[in-house]
Parts: sequence; C-alpha cells; structure tokens
Amino acid sequence: MNIIVCVKRVPKTAEADLFIEKDGKDIKKDHLVFALNDWDSYAVREAVLIKERYGGEVMAITVGPEDSKEVLTRCLAMGADRALRIEEPPCFDALLIAKILARVIQGQPFDLILTGVQTEDDGWGQVGVSLAQLLGIPHASIVNRIEIENGKARVKRELEGGLEELLEVRLPALFTIQTGINEPKYVSLAAILEAEEKEMKEVGLEELGWTSMESLYATLDQVSFPPAGKMAEILKGSPEEIVNQLTEIIKKKKG
Amino acid sequence: MTEIFVLVEHRQGKIREVTYELLGWGERWIGQQEGRLTALLLGYGVKELAEELSMRAPRVLVVEDERLKDFNSIYYQRVLSSLLSRYQPLLLLMGHTAYGMELAPSLSVELDLPLATDCIDLSFEGRQLKALRSIYGGKINAHVTLKESKTYMITLRPGIFPPKMPEEKKGTIVIEPSPIQETTERKRFLEYIEAPLTGEDISQAEILVSVGQGIGGPEHLPMFEELAKSLGGMISCSRPVVDRNWLPKERQVGISGKTVKPKIYIAVGISGAFQHVTAIKGSDTIIAINKDPRAPIFGVADYGIVDDFQNVIPLLKEKVKGMK
Ligand SMILES: Cc1cc2nc3c(=O)[nH]c(=O)nc-3n(C[C@H](O)[C@H](O)[C@H](O)COP(=O)(O)OP(=O)(O)OC[C@H]3O[C@@H](n4cnc5c(N)ncnc54)[C@H](O)[C@@H]3O)c2cc1C
Ligand SMILES: Nc1ncnc2c1ncn2[C@@H]1O[C@H](COP(=O)(O)O)[C@@H](O)[C@H]1O
Repeated sequence: MNIIVCVKRVPKTAEADLFIEKDGKDIKKDHLVFALNDWDSYAVREAVLIKERYGGEVMAITVGPEDSKEVLTRCLAMGADRALRIEEPPCFDALLIAKILARVIQGQPFDLILTGVQTEDDGWGQVGVSLAQLLGIPHASIVNRIEIENGKARVKRELEGGLEELLEVRLPALFTIQTGINEPKYVSLAAILEAEEKEMKEVGLEELGWTSMESLYATLDQVSFPPAGKMAEILKGSPEEIVNQLTEIIKKKKG
Repeated sequence: MTEIFVLVEHRQGKIREVTYELLGWGERWIGQQEGRLTALLLGYGVKELAEELSMRAPRVLVVEDERLKDFNSIYYQRVLSSLLSRYQPLLLLMGHTAYGMELAPSLSVELDLPLATDCIDLSFEGRQLKALRSIYGGKINAHVTLKESKTYMITLRPGIFPPKMPEEKKGTIVIEPSPIQETTERKRFLEYIEAPLTGEDISQAEILVSVGQGIGGPEHLPMFEELAKSLGGMISCSRPVVDRNWLPKERQVGISGKTVKPKIYIAVGISGAFQHVTAIKGSDTIIAINKDPRAPIFGVADYGIVDDFQNVIPLLKEKVKGMK
C-alpha cells in the first residue's frame, strides 16, 4: 500500500493578534507561529497507521516555501518514509495547488492519497477533491474511518448532526481526512532525530515544466477585518466586578 | 436571461434547510432583473419533495434515477455536468456542506468552471463574480475575483442567509430524463449510520457550560463540571475537545454534533467557527469568555468577557455555588 499524504504549513491564528499588510493582500505573518495544518496531522497519522497494518510506504508532499521543510520533517518524525517539497507559486488558488500536486503525483506509484478536509488558513476544502478529479480516481471527503480489503476501501463519511454514511470506494482513491479519525501520537525527540536521516527532496516549478504561475480560478483582491456588526456587550472591570455582573446576568436570564 | 441553479440537498426523505437558504439568496439576488431561479432536484421517488419545493422555488427541475436514491457524488456529477453543459446557467449554487464539499470541486474540474467555496457573500461587477470568503478561522475576510466565465460555481456557507419561506404561488415542475447510462462500482453508497442514543442529551439542557480547545487540557474539566452543576446545567464542548478525547462525542455542539437551544450558553475558550456557531443560534442568551478580543464568537454572543478563563471561572464557580 503506497500512500501519498498532502500537507501544508499554516500559521496558527486562533489566539494571535492579526494585522493586515500595507498592500492589503494578506495578513502580516512575521510574528506568527507556523505548524502542520491540524487536519493534515490526522491524515499523516492515518497514513502511518494504514502502512503499519497493510505494509507499504508513506510519502508526504507539500507545495510551499523553503520553511515548509519543517512540517515535512514533522511528517517524517510521525512515520512517513519520504518527503517532497514543491516550490510554491505566488497565488491564492486551490485549483493551481491541485494541478501542481497532480503533475507530481502522476509520476509516482500509489494506491491511496490522503489530504486534510480543509486548511486552517485558506479553508477552501477544495484541493483534495479537485486533485482526485485531476488524477481520474474516485474520492470521499470528510472521512473518519478507513478499512481496506481486496483493493477496496470501506470508508465512513461524516455528515451533519452526528449522522454518518458508509461507502465502498475502489482503490486507487483519495480521501480527505476529518479530525478525530485517530489518536495523535506523541512525537519523540528520537523520532525527530531519525527524521533528519530520511529522504527529503525538493523540486522547482520550472523543473516540473510549469511556466504559467497565474491563478486559474480565483484571485485575491484584498483582505479585511470582518465588519464589527452586532457585537457582544463586553463586561468591564476587575475579575471580581466582572463575575458579579455575570452572576446577575445569569440569575436574570435563568428565569 | 440570467439563470441561477440551486442544488437541492435532501437526505432520508427530507429536504435540508440549507436548500432554502440558497433559494433565499438566489431570489434576493435575481430581484428585479430578468432572471430565473431553478431548483435542481436529483433523486428517486421524489414527487412529494418536488411539490414541497415548488412552494419555495419558481421552477423545479427533477431528474429521477434509481442510482440517485442516495447521494453518490459520481452520479450527481454525471447529471449536473450534463445539465450545466446544456443550460449554461450563470451560477450553480450549492451548500458548503457534506454534499457540496464532496461534489463541487470535482465537478468544477471536470467542466473547467471557476469555483469559490465557503462563501459568505457574492456580488457581480458586470459579468465578473466577486466572492467574499471568511478565512483564518473567521478572523479575516478575503475578497476574491473569479475568472470570467459563462457559468460560475459557488458553495455558500450554511446557516447565515435567511431561508426562503413557503408561498401560496406554486412553481412549475419540469421532469428531465436521466443522463446516467452506466452503473459504477468505483464508489458505492452502503448505508447510513445513526448517532447512538446516549444518556445525557445536551440538546435538552437549559444551561450549557461549553468548553473549547482554549481550556488547554482535560485537567480543567472538573472545575467546569462543578460550575455546570451549580447552575443546574450540563457541560458541552467544541469539536477539538472530542477529537482529543477530553469529552465524549455526545457532548459536541456543532454541525457535526448537536444543535442546542438553552436559555444560557456559556462558551469558554471557543473561537466561534461557523461549524460551531450555527448550532448555538437558538440559544436565548450567549455568554463568551475568550482572551482574544477579535475572536469571532464575540460577533454572536450577547455578553463577552475578554480574559483568560482561569481569572474568571474559579471566581464564578465559587460565586454561584448552591445557586441552582
Ligand atoms: C466538516 C467539518 C465539521 C465540523 N464540525 C464541527 C462541530 O460540529 N463543532 C465544532 O465545534 N467544530 C466543528 N468543526 C471544526 C471547526 O471548524 C473549528 O475547528 C472548531 O470549532 C474550533 O474549536 P475551538 O473553538 O474549540 O478551538 P480554536 O479555534 O482553537 O479556539 C480556541 C479559542 O480559545 C481561546 N483561548 C485560548 N486560551 C484561552 C484562555 N486561557 N482563556 C480564554 N480563552 C482562551 C483562543 O483565543 C481561541 O479563540 C468542523 C469542521 C469541519 C471541517
Ligand atoms: N500547498 C499545499 N501543499 C500540499 N497540500 C495542500 C496544500 N494546500 C492544501 N493541501 C491539501 O489539501 C487539503 C485541503 O486544503 P484546502 O482546499 O486549502 O482547504 C489540505 O488539508 C492539504 O491536505
């Protein structure tokens, strides 16, 4: 079972103060901490678990800047066997990313491709399923269980309201992985040191024969902060004063 | 004439609410101009659903085929690609849901149509489509222009547009033949799996103390349990808390968990992703505690506290002891 996992390095923004660049095209990123996209870390772990069960190899691929090598190292430490970084085009376009990935993957032997359901930054939820179509293989999205037997996968897709559906998909196939599909494993220092020894390749877009860097579907005009709109009434004062106000509110609203 | 297609979502014999949100958006957008709004209903044995839809859509286009009984994106894609090529509407609208996420990207690649996913607003400048997307976990909006095209594809975020309400006036129902020829084994729907019924039901709670990834770890849970108990409520949570096994799945609030409507919903360390927030909108009062003043949760909460929860919850817990 040869498995390819597509991963992205993303800035962690949930707790950070965000500022917008002068040209209005992106947020400032210098002060942000970057890490492996949360959904992708579940995908990598799942690929490694499948490999442990059925044998084979796991390759992690990213389209990203030089710094993305740190998330590839993380993937190797999590149990991937090989890693590949593809140079990043200047774009905000999920289809372009999918097309670049397709170009590289077409030359590789694989039975299974895993991606995350979505990225934490751009959040298209689009690259995985687009990639499957480009490669002409079946897919299932928002997958939270995979079992493989006789060249077929039985996968569970998460629907809304706690409902799930069971599908049978013929391999080779692509699945977009939902968080919670497995239990993350602690990555030891030894594993990180070992990862440094594993194969990590890099390839430029020109080497791939990629000439046009243009966005294919979507161009980003600008970013902005969402308009304030209806905002919560913010309770002010010392923690004691705030808790007093809060208690009154709770008493009143409790009825 | 401008034509907008809306893909109807239905499951287990019921039309999903997001369909009416899409129709509501489509109707407002078409407004005064010369245009037509068509609901696309793909299924099998869906006469009644078509009737129901005709109360809310001026035109319902129905394709029936045994293979469309349950949602299999391969068959859906086959039908939609044939309908889009034939009618060339300006826009195909879908929900950014388990339907749209499975189907829209592959369809757009097949037909080479520009797609923007998870949009929260749309506008046209001439024939050029501009989409507004919410990125970085809802903290930033991205203004996007789609490449000019005869037909655009959009998935709209569920739960933010007012749904189209039923009317007396009935729309027309048009039956189209199914273009599906071959049966495929590449992907097969097997069955639905219902969420198991479990003990405590958070959707019935009057007060919910809901914890998110921001509580840092399960070691703080006893404090929240105690607070919930004093208030006569229950503890619930966001998805990452379940993913990390801090609390069981039945406690999860959100589109892939439960929809709740308590008198008071207290969200602690929850950022306010739409998948969470959509499911708490029926609450009478929402109180958010988050150390980030820009957290999107403050956009839906009635009252907010901008602080580390550790400065607030222990005090609150003492204060409300025996309040129940
Ligand atoms: C298909 C799909 C379905 C999904 N379904 C659901 C669902 O049903 N329910 C759901 O919840 N999510 C769901 N999600 C996930 C959703 O997109 C978000 O990832 C998730 O809601 C984020 O959870 P959170 O707010 O707890 O964590 P985060 O986004 O990480 O936010 C943590 C918050 O805690 C704050 N914080 C940190 N430390 C402190 C402190 N000491 N004191 C106070 N505040 C602090 C931070 O400022 C931040 O705002 C789904 C996603 C997908 C793709
Ligand atoms: N630059 C990238 N390089 C490799 N994989 C990516 C990249 N961007 C997105 N992906 C994959 O596609 C998934 C969905 O991303 P998105 O469509 O941007 O939400 C991610 O979880 C990754 O698995």
